[in-house]
Amino acid sequence: MTIGLGHYLAVGAILFTLGILGIFLNRKNIIVILMSIELILLSVNINLVAFSTFLGDIVGQVFALLVLTVAAAEAAIGLAVLVTYFRNRGSIAVEDVNLMKG
Amino acid sequence: MILPALFFYLFATVCVASAVMVIVSRNPVHSVLFLILAFVNAAGLFILMGAEFLGMMLIVVYVGAVAVLFLFVIMMLDVDFVELREGFIQYLPIGIVIGGIFMFELLLVVGAWVINPKVAKTITAAIPTNVSNTEALGLVLYTKYVYYFQLAGMVLLVAMIGAIVLTLRHKAKVKRQNINVQNARTPELAMALRKVASGQGLQDADAAEWVK
Repeated sequence: MTIGLGHYLAVGAILFTLGILGIFLNRKNIIVILMSIELILLSVNINLVAFSTFLGDIVGQVFALLVLTVAAAEAAIGLAVLVTYFRNRGSIAVEDVNLMKG
Repeated sequence: MILPALFFYLFATVCVASAVMVIVSRNPVHSVLFLILAFVNAAGLFILMGAEFLGMMLIVVYVGAVAVLFLFVIMMLDVDFVELREGFIQYLPIGIVIGGIFMFELLLVVGAWVINPKVAKTITAAIPTNVSNTEALGLVLYTKYVYYFQLAGMVLLVAMIGAIVLTLRHKAKVKRQNINVQNARTPELAMALRKVASGQGLQDADAAEWVK
């Protein structure tokens, strides 16, 4: 049996769903929410690379590289905000983040 | 012929299983370690597809940088993670319903679509067959997509500056080197010659100037 494009897309879809599920299940723990976002971005990357290699177009891989960059930047900024928030409030519970009452 | 399929199912199964463990494990440190496992297996999938450079990049960037960043933050913050897990059971049904709907829709899309035969004409940069994946990527990344490459660098620069600005704390009591003041210091400012009268010592008025 040969592994086609659909197999990789299915893996990407399952990972994406798990990322969404992780955001729902860990509504209070922002660290796990950030990790779930990383999972979602990983599934996006799997889709981009799968289409790139199976259609024979390398631009998909260039774009996956950009997604990788943005994911790393997002993790760094998100964790920096988290550290600053913890210093100010002494807690990282998502439900307490209502200082601005927006 | 059977070997690639075997490895695909190995990597895919471990990747999905560790993704499940990321979202359900009690201890966030375990979550990070499972995240590393998921990324290593995703890198295996990338290599299986023929994108070796991105596979290696995934290991370098995620396992080497992002996962270690997560570990640092988790171990640095003194947080009661048991308290944060409250509501896990409460949100489980709605999460499974929404996740199930999402999964169903995505699999419908994956199962029902076909590639347009005309798509071969729209290919922007075909993968060359005579060079390695890294070289092929470099051939387009530094020529055709050099602005995107620069943009990625700018994104990283802004992220780096932002993280430093957010987390840097200037403590008031810490003494720092001020190079301008040091360079502006002359012998006239630093030294003073005093003729001390025998038996009298230095007067208080002189001493005040002396320590200046």
